[in-house]
Amino acid sequence: MANLTSTFAGIKSPNPFWLASAPPTDKAYNVERAFRAGWGGVVWKTLGEEGPPVVNVNGPRYGAIWGGDRRLLGLNNIELITDRDLETNLREIKQIKRDWPDRAVVVSIMVPCEEESWKAILPRVEETGADGIELNFGCPHGMSERGMGSAVGQVPEYVEMVVRWCKQYSRMPVITKLTPNITDITRPARAALAGGTDAVSLINTINSITGVDLDIMAPTPTIDGMGTHGGYCGPAVRPIAMSMVSEIARDAETRGMAISGIGGISTWRDAAEFMALGCGNVQVCTAAMTYGFKIVEEMISGLSDWMDAKGYRSVDEFVGAAVPNVTDWQYLNLNYVTKARIDQDLCIKCGRCHIACEDTSHQAITREKDGVRHFEVMDDECVGCNLCVDVCPVEDCISMLPMAAGTKDPRTGRVVSDDYANWTTHPNNPSAKSVEPAE
Amino acid sequence: MAIGVPAEGIAAGRLSAEEYARNFSDLHPPLVRHEAQVEADRCYFCYDAPCMNACPTEIDIPMFIRQIATDNTLGAAETIFSQNIMGGMCARVCPTEELCEEACVREHAEGKPVKIGALQRYATDEAMRENVQFFERAAPTGKRIAVVGAGPAGLACAHGLAVNGHDVVVFDAHKKPGGLNEYGIASYKAVDSFAQAEVDYVTAIGGITIETGRLLGEDMTLAELTDQFDAVFLGIGLGGVNILRAENESVDGVANAVDFIADLRQAEDLSRLPIGRRVVVIGGGMTAIDAAVQAKLLGAEEVTMVYRRGKEQMNASQFEQDLAAAKGVLIRHWLSPLRILVEDGRVSGIELEYTELVDQSLRGTGKTLSLACDQVFKAVGQTLSSDGEGVALAGGKIAVDEEQRTSNPKVWAGGDCATGGDDLTVTAVAEGRDAAKSIHRALSAATAPAVTQGA
Repeated sequence: MANLTSTFAGIKSPNPFWLASAPPTDKAYNVERAFRAGWGGVVWKTLGEEGPPVVNVNGPRYGAIWGGDRRLLGLNNIELITDRDLETNLREIKQIKRDWPDRAVVVSIMVPCEEESWKAILPRVEETGADGIELNFGCPHGMSERGMGSAVGQVPEYVEMVVRWCKQYSRMPVITKLTPNITDITRPARAALAGGTDAVSLINTINSITGVDLDIMAPTPTIDGMGTHGGYCGPAVRPIAMSMVSEIARDAETRGMAISGIGGISTWRDAAEFMALGCGNVQVCTAAMTYGFKIVEEMISGLSDWMDAKGYRSVDEFVGAAVPNVTDWQYLNLNYVTKARIDQDLCIKCGRCHIACEDTSHQAITREKDGVRHFEVMDDECVGCNLCVDVCPVEDCISMLPMAAGTKDPRTGRVVSDDYANWTTHPNNPSAKSVEPAE
Repeated sequence: MAIGVPAEGIAAGRLSAEEYARNFSDLHPPLVRHEAQVEADRCYFCYDAPCMNACPTEIDIPMFIRQIATDNTLGAAETIFSQNIMGGMCARVCPTEELCEEACVREHAEGKPVKIGALQRYATDEAMRENVQFFERAAPTGKRIAVVGAGPAGLACAHGLAVNGHDVVVFDAHKKPGGLNEYGIASYKAVDSFAQAEVDYVTAIGGITIETGRLLGEDMTLAELTDQFDAVFLGIGLGGVNILRAENESVDGVANAVDFIADLRQAEDLSRLPIGRRVVVIGGGMTAIDAAVQAKLLGAEEVTMVYRRGKEQMNASQFEQDLAAAKGVLIRHWLSPLRILVEDGRVSGIELEYTELVDQSLRGTGKTLSLACDQVFKAVGQTLSSDGEGVALAGGKIAVDEEQRTSNPKVWAGGDCATGGDDLTVTAVAEGRDAAKSIHRALSAATAPAVTQGA
C-alpha cells in the first residue's frame, strides 16, 4: 500500500484528507467521530475573539442546487463562525489534540483586523497544542459586513499585514485561507507569502444566491421573507477552485508555496486532481456534510490503490505533477487536430450529440444513414470541439481522436503537421512574433 | 387462494373480502411525486425521440417528461392530451413494453426503459383529478355528426369534432359509454371507475351528447344516420365472437371470455361472481390473458390457457404472458380444442388435440389430451357483428383509407372495426382523432381553418 502520510507546512497527518473549517469541525464530539472514521486532520471551525459569541440565524442556514436524482451539487450557507464560547472551544481543542496526537489539528481564526485582537488570541490557541492556525480571510457573508473574512481577503495589503502579525506573535505554522471573491487570486496569495505565511488554502466559499422562492419572491434560504447571499461550495465550485489553485501553483512569485486544496472535493479522484495541480493536501466539507464522515474510507483506499497502480510511493511524488502542463491559451498547439469518433456498439442512439452539434455547433454529426437512425461524425465538418462527448450520456461512447501527422484534415484540406505551433507565431495574430505559418 | 379444500364446480365466494380487494386493486399503483421526479430524471430528452415515434398517437414524450421533471405537471398533461385525449387510459392499458418503452434508448442501454406509461398516468391523473380542461370549443359550425360507438375511437373522434365547434351525438349499444375501456379491460388495469371518469373528462368540452342503449342495425340504420347527420363515424368495435368449432360448445359452463370480462367489470360484488374450480381458457391474445388472470384472481384453483400455436405466435405481449404466469396461470401451446366433455349436462373437461406446423400450415396430430375442468372461456377472436350496412368491407373489417374514410363519402370508421389497425386502444384513439380531422376538413368551408389538435 502506498504511503499516504502527509507533511503539510510542517504539520504531519496520516493521510492528506483534512476536514475544512466548517460545521463538521465545530465541536469535540464531531471531531472525535471524524478521527474515528479515519480523517487525517481537521481545521477547527473558526474561532472569534473573546467575549459574547456571535449569534446565528434561527431559520434555515443552507441552500442548495441539485443535479440528476437530486444529487447535491452546490451548497450555500449563511452560517457564521463558531457561536460557542471561546474557552469551551480551546478546552476541547486541547483535549482532542491530546487524545489524537497523530492527527493534524489546525485552528481557524477570525478576529477584527487589529493587531491587538490577533495578539490576544494567538497565545491562547498556541497553548492548546494545536498544530497550526488557518486565517479565515474568506467567508463572504455576515462577518465580511463587520470587516472580517473576505473583507480582509479582498485587500492584499490587509492579508500581508495580518499574516505578519501572526508570524510575529506565534510559533505556529500559518495557513492563509483565501477568498475566491476576487479578480486575481495570485494577488492575495503573493501578499500572504510576503507576510511570511507557511501556506495558503483555497478556495473559501463563493458569493451566491442558490434560488428564488417564486411564491414569496425572495432568495432562498429565506428568513422570514428575506434572504441574503451566502457562501457557495460543493462539487459545483470544484472547477473554479482548481483553476485558482493552478494560478498560484504556476505564478512566478508563489510557485512552490504550500497549498491546501479546498472546493467540492468529494472523492479520491477529486483529491488527486487538486494535488496534481500543486496541493500538498486537501480539505473536505460538503461531501462529508452530504454523506457523513465514512466517505474518507473511500478516499483513502481510492488514492492508495491509484498510487499503487501508478507506482507512486508517496503523495509527494505526484503533488504538482500536472502544473507544468497548465499553460496559457496562446501556447496551445494549433497544429493538434482531433476528430470525434462515435463507437457504434456503445451508441444508444439518443441523438443528443446530433442535435447539440446541429443546433448549436458545427453540423458535423449525421442523424440517419440509409434511412435508419444513425449518428456518425462527418470529419469534413468536425472542428473537434468535444461538445458531443460532453452531452453523450454513455461514458467513452464518443472519443476525440488525434489525427496523425501527415494525414489531411478533410475540414481544412491541410496536412496535419507534428510541429508545435501556437498563436504567438500564427499569421492571423497581428502581434505574432514570427511570420512562420503555424498550421 | 382461500384456505382449505376449494368448492367443486362453478362457485361464488371463493375468497375473503380482503383477498378480492387485494387481487383486484391497481396492477401498477400510481407514482407518487418523488417516484415521478426520480423517473422523469432518467429521460435523456432524445433528439427525434424513438419513444415518440413508436407511439401511435405520437405524443411528445420527452417534452412531457421534461415538464414533469420541472414541476409543470399540468403542462405535461396538456402535451399528452393535445395528441391523445384518452392519454389517461392509454397510460394504463398500452402495451408500452412493445411501443414507447421498447423504443426507449435506456431499454437499449441498460434494459430498463424510462417508465413512460407510469409517468403519463402521473401527469394525466393530476389534470383529471383537478378537472383541468385544455381545450376550448370553437364557435359552433351548425354541423352535426353521428358517432356510433362510445369506445376509444368514437370518443376521440367526438372530442376532436367538438373542439372544432361541431355538435356530436354518440350512440352506444351498451348501458354505459366507454366501449372496451368499460367492458373489455381487466379490472386491475382501470380501477375506481376510471373509464367513466375519462368519458366525463372527454365530454366536458361540450357539444357531445351520448345516447346509450342504441344498437346500430336494430335501433337505427346507417342510412338513417347519414340522412339525419352531416357525417357519420363508425367506431363500433368487434361485437361478434368467433366460435371454437368444438363439440358441445353451447353446454353450461362454456362462455365467451369477453362476456366474463364484461360481467366482472360490471359486478357490484365480486364475491357473488361464480368461477370454476378448474378453468380452461382457449386463446392466445390479450383477452385470453385477461380472462385467465382474472379467473385466477377470483379464486379458481387451476387456470390453464390453451393456445393452438406456439409462444411466438401469441398475440398477448410478453409482459402479459409473464403477468399470467406470475398470477399462477399455466400457459400451454400447440393444443387445439376437439370437444367439451360433459357430465350431467355440465362441463367436466375438455379434450384437446396436439397440433403441429407442417409446411407452414397448422394441423392436428391425432394425439389428444384431456384436461379436467368445470368452466371453459373462449377467447379465439372477435368479428364485426354487422355486415357493414352498405360500407365496403375488407378482410372482415370496414375498409378505410389513410384518412379513415369508408366507401360511403359521408361515413368514416376507425378502431377495431376498421382495417389497418392493430386492436390497440391507442391506435383506436389515433384513428378516431384523425377521422375527426378528416371529417372537419370535409365539412368546413375552405375559409375556416381547423383548430389544430395533434399532428
